[in-house]
Amino acid sequence: MVSTYTNPEYPYRKSPDQSAASPVHHPVIIIGGGPAGLAAAMDLALHGVASVVLDDNNTVSVGSRAICIAKRTLEICDRYGCAEPMINKGVTWNLGRVYFHEDQIYEFNLLPESHHKVPAFINLQQYYFEEYMVERCMEMPLIDLRWLHKVAAVDSSTEQATVVVDTEDGPYTMTCDYLLVADGANSPIRDSLGLESKGQVFEDRFLIADIVMKADFPAERRFWFDAPFHPGQSTLLHKQADNVWRIDFQLGWDADPEEEKKIEKIRPRIEAMLGKETEWDLEWASVYTFRCRKMDSFIHQRVLFMGDAAHQVSPFGARGANGALQGVENLCWKLAAVLKGHAAPSLLTTYDTERQHGASENILHSTRATDFMTPKNRTTRILRDTVLDLAREFPFARSLVNSGRLSTPCTYEDSQLNTADSDVFSTAMRPGSACIDAPVTTAEGPAWLLNKLGDRFVLLVYGDGDTEQQQALATAVRELHTSGIRADVLRVTRNTSPAAEPGEIGDPDGILAQRYDMQPGTVYLIRPDQHVAARWRKMDAELVIKAVHKALGASMTQEQPA
Amino acid sequence: MSRLITDNNFTDPDAFYAALANLYRDRSETENEVVNARLILLLANQVGDQRILQEALSIAGQATTQDTQHHVS
Ligand SMILES: Cc1cc2nc3c(=O)[nH]c(=O)nc-3n(C[C@H](O)[C@H](O)[C@H](O)COP(=O)(O)OP(=O)(O)OC[C@H]3O[C@@H](n4cnc5c(N)ncnc54)[C@H](O)[C@@H]3O)c2cc1C
Repeated sequence: MVSTYTNPEYPYRKSPDQSAASPVHHPVIIIGGGPAGLAAAMDLALHGVASVVLDDNNTVSVGSRAICIAKRTLEICDRYGCAEPMINKGVTWNLGRVYFHEDQIYEFNLLPESHHKVPAFINLQQYYFEEYMVERCMEMPLIDLRWLHKVAAVDSSTEQATVVVDTEDGPYTMTCDYLLVADGANSPIRDSLGLESKGQVFEDRFLIADIVMKADFPAERRFWFDAPFHPGQSTLLHKQADNVWRIDFQLGWDADPEEEKKIEKIRPRIEAMLGKETEWDLEWASVYTFRCRKMDSFIHQRVLFMGDAAHQVSPFGARGANGALQGVENLCWKLAAVLKGHAAPSLLTTYDTERQHGASENILHSTRATDFMTPKNRTTRILRDTVLDLAREFPFARSLVNSGRLSTPCTYEDSQLNTADSDVFSTAMRPGSACIDAPVTTAEGPAWLLNKLGDRFVLLVYGDGDTEQQQALATAVRELHTSGIRADVLRVTRNTSPAAEPGEIGDPDGILAQRYDMQPGTVYLIRPDQHVAARWRKMDAELVIKAVHKALGASMTQEQPA
Repeated sequence: MSRLITDNNFTDPDAFYAALANLYRDRSETENEVVNARLILLLANQVGDQRILQEALSIAGQATTQDTQHHVS
């Protein structure tokens, strides 16, 4: 059992919905209080949309699951207001060591680029990650979190969805405009609707052991290929909060999962690895087979699938929960826009197209990492081992070594919501990219760019601009407001004095200007999920209005026959 | 004078590795030896410069088979 963590117990509460004479209707119901479901509730709340979250359990994640939380996830959580406890509790690591047989073949330093608010990565047990999300949800009056409310059945039409919920007080029924399903990889709800998640199972097994170690090991990631203490297979050692260490032993397909879980089997493996003199206690051990799969479409009428229910990856590269949150942030602003009547329901189909792209990318990376670890035949094993051998000496070979490519946000390259560049920019960022953070100054003191973006459209403008530009922006913003669409102008000045106006940020070190290739007059249109929708060196009101409507799916409704 | 590049020069190293492993996947060992020979010849011609090829040949020739055959059954 876990000695370092006690799972919180959230009480069952009876909802007035349970005694209503007829099924109560909600705009949004979310099934599953895991990372995806909790994130969706918070994101919607920030858009002023109320939701009911149903979870069949009364606590957060149990046992060894996600540990690597990527930068983009922390940025998303920071927008929700729950990143701080995660960063404080999590372990920040930079150094990775790769071993082959007896020796370290190389090390890499993930030393993050400076001038970002959140670290490149933290290691934090999934139960902490979820606990901090739950705490934040509980502060948000628009979220109705119901523990021990198990969804027993769902039904969907083109108009609405219906859920039947089991509780200790008996079953009850509710209806909703949109049903978000985040009930995990096995998703009984998905199956009950006759839908499928398709992909491949990797014919391999992994022992995942979490141990508490008293020894003061450095917070590094260590990865062994074919270690002397675990020949023929890979091993990973990674530090988590509370001096808990994650060890992954690749076992091969023939391993017996029940046998391998026994402490008599685990003890000698860990002793061989850490030495007999190292003191440790086992927190948790499980044997996993991993798979990569996704649904052909994440949307079924009024039902939208998120997280592992929609797409599942092997953990190498840490893309499960991290991918889930990128999907959630993509969906929720669109759903809010549709519910408020700012966009046609067809906007939601871009949740599917944009996140199919994201899910495919995540599956590709996880599959490649898994394939690198498990060569399929003798020739491939020789290739793999030769890469490792050459990696001792030659940097080119290191670029081929793959023990998991850590999750980075997906760029919605060919999205219908983007307005293509008509001007020249020299930066890796482009329409579809997630915004990059930068330190800025405000009237209230130092701040971060990403904290100024999100939850509505932002026109990020560089320099004071001429009066013509100022007028154009004012016209665009006014016109959008009359359709109920919120778009704010955020002006970047080189002004370092603290007297910046509200709606103005300073860029004293020019880092923002450099990261966004800003020149006087440059304007970025940024979506509510902090992705770039359009950008111009020179703009007018009409271009801006058109781009906002495009980002809200206008071109899609026009393409459809009337 | 150009030299053998040993820093990373791949535009997409993971894609290359995956494509090569994929080429090997459903072939016998003998077939793969032929695939390897063909690939070496194609790439060697692309490099062209005998001095560079000589450098690559010399590094390749330092292989100790014991490492790679260790756990192959
Ligand atoms: C060993 C391992 C290591 C991993 N490492 C990482 C990592 O380092 N980084 C990373 O990003 N990801 C990692 N993952 C993946 C990560 O755990 C998942 O991607 C993540 O939990 C998915 O979140 P979710 O909300 O979609 O589903 P889940 O976390 O599975 O949550 C589903 C929720 O739905 C509830 N539920 C189910 N059915 C019902 C019902 N009928 N009614 C009501 N509620 C219901 C469940 O109780 C649960 O709370 C790892 C996974 C494993 C197994």
